[in-house]
Amino acid sequence: MWLKLEARSQPSKRMTYLSPLLAVVLTLFSGMILFAMMGHSPLEGIYVFFVEPVTSLYGLGELAVKATPLVLIAIGLAIGFKANVWNIGAEGQLVMGAIVGGGLALYFHESDSAWLLPSMIVFGALGGMLWAAIPAWLKTRFNTNEILTSLMLTYVAILLLNYMVNGPYRDPTGYNFPESRLFQDAALLPTLLEGTRLNLGSVITVMILAGLWVMLARTIIGFQVHVVGQAPQAAHYAGFNHKKIIWFTFLLSGGLAGIAGLMEVAGPIGQLLPSISPGYGFTAIIVAFLGRLHPVGILLTGLLMALSYLGGETAQIEMGLPVALTGVFQGLLLFFLLASDVLIRYRVK
Amino acid sequence: MDFSLDTTSLIIVTIITAATPLLLAALGELVNEKSGVLNLGLEGMMVVGAVMAFLTVTSTGSAALAIIVAILSGMGMALIFSVLTLSLQSNQVATGLALTIFGLGLSSLIGINLVGMAYDGLPKLNIAFLSDLPFFGNVLFSHDILVYFSIVMVFVTYWFLNKTKYGLVLRAVGESHDAAHSIGYPVIKIRYMAALYGGAMSGLAGAYLSLAYSPMWADNMTAGRGWIALALVVFAMWMPSRVLLGAYMFGGITILQLHGQGMGIDMPSEFLSMLPYLATIIVLVLISRQAQNNYAPACLGKPFHSIR
Repeated sequence: MWLKLEARSQPSKRMTYLSPLLAVVLTLFSGMILFAMMGHSPLEGIYVFFVEPVTSLYGLGELAVKATPLVLIAIGLAIGFKANVWNIGAEGQLVMGAIVGGGLALYFHESDSAWLLPSMIVFGALGGMLWAAIPAWLKTRFNTNEILTSLMLTYVAILLLNYMVNGPYRDPTGYNFPESRLFQDAALLPTLLEGTRLNLGSVITVMILAGLWVMLARTIIGFQVHVVGQAPQAAHYAGFNHKKIIWFTFLLSGGLAGIAGLMEVAGPIGQLLPSISPGYGFTAIIVAFLGRLHPVGILLTGLLMALSYLGGETAQIEMGLPVALTGVFQGLLLFFLLASDVLIRYRVK
Repeated sequence: MDFSLDTTSLIIVTIITAATPLLLAALGELVNEKSGVLNLGLEGMMVVGAVMAFLTVTSTGSAALAIIVAILSGMGMALIFSVLTLSLQSNQVATGLALTIFGLGLSSLIGINLVGMAYDGLPKLNIAFLSDLPFFGNVLFSHDILVYFSIVMVFVTYWFLNKTKYGLVLRAVGESHDAAHSIGYPVIKIRYMAALYGGAMSGLAGAYLSLAYSPMWADNMTAGRGWIALALVVFAMWMPSRVLLGAYMFGGITILQLHGQGMGIDMPSEFLSMLPYLATIIVLVLISRQAQNNYAPACLGKPFHSIR
């Protein structure tokens, strides 16, 4: 074979941290080749994609706005992945959070109560949990593959959103566009910084992230999640309830995705539209892996992925390149990370 | 709506076209999984196949060339997957997902200038005399070559897996890679070949979408069909004949919901469009109740590393 691998006696700690960096460098390098192939200067491409978006205060605000849903969803998924529970349907749970939580804003559209926004967040979480409960129930009751069921439910949720904005949620004073009315001020997350779209959602996310970090490191349930994933046999002997862990991780990740969806419609978007996410639920999977399923790693890679969305938009405006470039960069990054990870367990001979 | 023979045969013909891409992709993934490789990147490989086929046919006019290019692109995508999971031991689930995200992005990038272009569709093979038969002529003898190919592949796949030595070796590798390795079979090489074959069939399935099912290019035009094909393999309990059954059932649901919309059934179209996805979930539940784990290859998704 073209590559000889030799197992290390124990996983390399140094490589655990170095391999994400190696992956980023390799992605940038392939990005330059990609720009050259599309007839643009590689260095200009990299600058427009990865640097220019964050050279202004507004750009930094946008970075936080886009990183918020990614980090929030990724930390939930990461806890599931740790326990070998594969919730791949966060995108659908995000959409359900927006439908249920956003519905509250539309129902009470004349309310200026201070309770409205907190209730919307709770309802958003419930919407996501409801959607995540289906694959969790099917998995624990019938042993149905959760990857496929949660994914199928994503398509169902998106169609439901389409129906809602075309039907019950459609703006009665609009011009028959498939859109809801604009949310009133009491239903919007307050902006934190003049001249940017940075809002309270980012603060809530950082607080949740810190809370979950403590939970993972210091509580019994955090410990159980870890053992169930790492040593299922041991968990069995210790009497840990595997079904309970499946339910817990699904409800947690679904609830967080639901909050993320609600905070999108109550934040940067401000109403319900047929399309409310550029695939945050899927990108969050990459964020979780790239961040090593660890809260700090997830925060950093969430920002990196947010940058790839901003870069895609800037490249579209300035160089006329398709936004889809974002997906290519995200895919490449995950490929390179998965490839570099081999160095943690093996050395090249 | 009238249910004359003509309409009925028309509906059956559209069901066959809707089932064909699912059948092709699922048959490829079945062989792939029988060798122990779980590739969740079907959607990504299909969509790249679809765009490459359409790009080729609109720029050269040759459908045959388009099909070959689609097969090669599917194999190229599968090669990325194989190098990562088989040579570099990466997680098969994560790598498959990355392949889908990458494929969807790459296909929009390639297809940016193809949106809105048209193609006549794959030619129908008309068989003298037989195609002129009433009803049966339409239903059985008026399809393009890939429809016939997909049906033939059901038998070929069954024959290969169950009646040939190579098929036996491939299944052995999927059931117990350590045992297969210890009696001298090249586990990694066999898995590479199976994964590349899966990629080829996915690429072909994508070509069918953009050349025959709806001859055009639209972003994300696979619309979850790769995932449905994956579910079909589970539904089929890894048996080719049941893949055929499943694909035609799903083709039927897809087409009937379209006709339901056309007939003006008093239900929002979005709810009808949910049916294929909901049916997939229901079918998965029914199958899982019969302990699917007895049917899945024992080493499915597990990495193999020999210490030589």
